[in-house]
Amino acid sequence: MSIWDKLFGGSNNRSSKQIAHDRLKVVLIHDRANVSPEVMNHIKNDIIEVISHYMDIDKNAMEIALENDADSVALVANIPVNNMRHDAGRRR
Amino acid sequence: MSEVIVITSGKGGVGKSTTTASLGVGLAMRGKKVALIDTDTGLRNLDILLGLERRIVYTLVDVAQKRVNYGQALVRHKKYSNLFLLPTSQVADKTAIEPEQMKQLVDTMRHEFDFILIDCPAGIEQGFQTAVIGADWAVVVTIPEVSAVRDADKIIGRLQAVNKDIKLIVNRIDPQMVKAGTMLDMTSIDDILSLPCIGQIPDDREVINASNQGIPIIEWNNTAAGRAYDDVVGRICGEDIPFKPFETEGFFARLKHVFGH
Ligand SMILES: Nc1ncnc2c1ncn2[C@@H]1O[C@H](COP(=O)(O)OP(=O)(O)OP(=O)(O)O)[C@@H](O)[C@H]1O
Ligand SMILES: [Mg+2]
Repeated sequence: MSIWDKLFGGSNNRSSKQIAHDRLKVVLIHDRANVSPEVMNHIKNDIIEVISHYMDIDKNAMEIALENDADSVALVANIPVNNMRHDAGRRR
Repeated sequence: MSEVIVITSGKGGVGKSTTTASLGVGLAMRGKKVALIDTDTGLRNLDILLGLERRIVYTLVDVAQKRVNYGQALVRHKKYSNLFLLPTSQVADKTAIEPEQMKQLVDTMRHEFDFILIDCPAGIEQGFQTAVIGADWAVVVTIPEVSAVRDADKIIGRLQAVNKDIKLIVNRIDPQMVKAGTMLDMTSIDDILSLPCIGQIPDDREVINASNQGIPIIEWNNTAAGRAYDDVVGRICGEDIPFKPFETEGFFARLKHVFGH
């Protein structure tokens, strides 16, 4: 910090407060993403229910998982489709 | 109506016991009948912070295991006659008390007290379960550091899983560092944890000075931390107390810092 920053209490660079804030946000996304297997199962069943309105899917081969990379978390689903439903377009 | 509040944090050493002692005294000063329960079995501290360490006869472990009634183990505060401590054992360990025993005890004590404050040990093991089970809501204490806020978030997840309401206290804030942008402030912690905050306690050397003498800092209403705790007590009692900005040193004091070293 320059003497000027010290006197007036400011700095143009990203403050360590801001850095702490940003690091925390990312860490907590990862921590919170450690969802229990039961919750993952609920999510899976809910997805099956919704998708089944439109498509005939292979429930047993379906996989869902949370995938982390450096600064984000994604819910990734792999859902094999056996058949489209004829009436899919008529819902809603 | 009685209220049972657990004071918890996840990370150790952030000020749970200091907070429990001051909130207890503050509620007692407002005429409430208060019991403080130390659940940090094996590492008890609340007796020291309240200046009651030489009056302990029985402990929470004796009560939980039904050797004595809770009334026999309660230690009355020397100055505030409506404030009581239920100390824990310094020799037993956390497995000596089952969560279910604690729940039963708290539900019995509710009939006698306006407030029961439970001082939780650090960590997320059985001691945490025991401390939390009987509480109506929780105070989560944290300090403005990445590691402490992260641990607080973990505890918050556990508390929400058992449907406890949670309020936050941010302890050991250094107003000058916040002003200089080198410390997280209450707003940024609020933003991350998204919980209502009921206290912002400044870092204050007088806390140690007071605890040396077995005096909870809230008794010293000329100290910054003491006044901040008094505001928390008011908020717990339902008063609408705005958050005051901290006093930081002025321009000339900063000049002195710059040229002083
Ligand atoms: N606002 C404050 N300003 C300065 N010092 C403080 C403040 N709050 C707490 N302390 C100091 O921090 C230390 C830890 O406090 P305390 O024992 O209350 O924490 P704790 O969370 O109960 O710890 P543990 O996890 O070991 O039970 C003590 O030395 C205490 O005096
Ligand atoms: Mg403690």
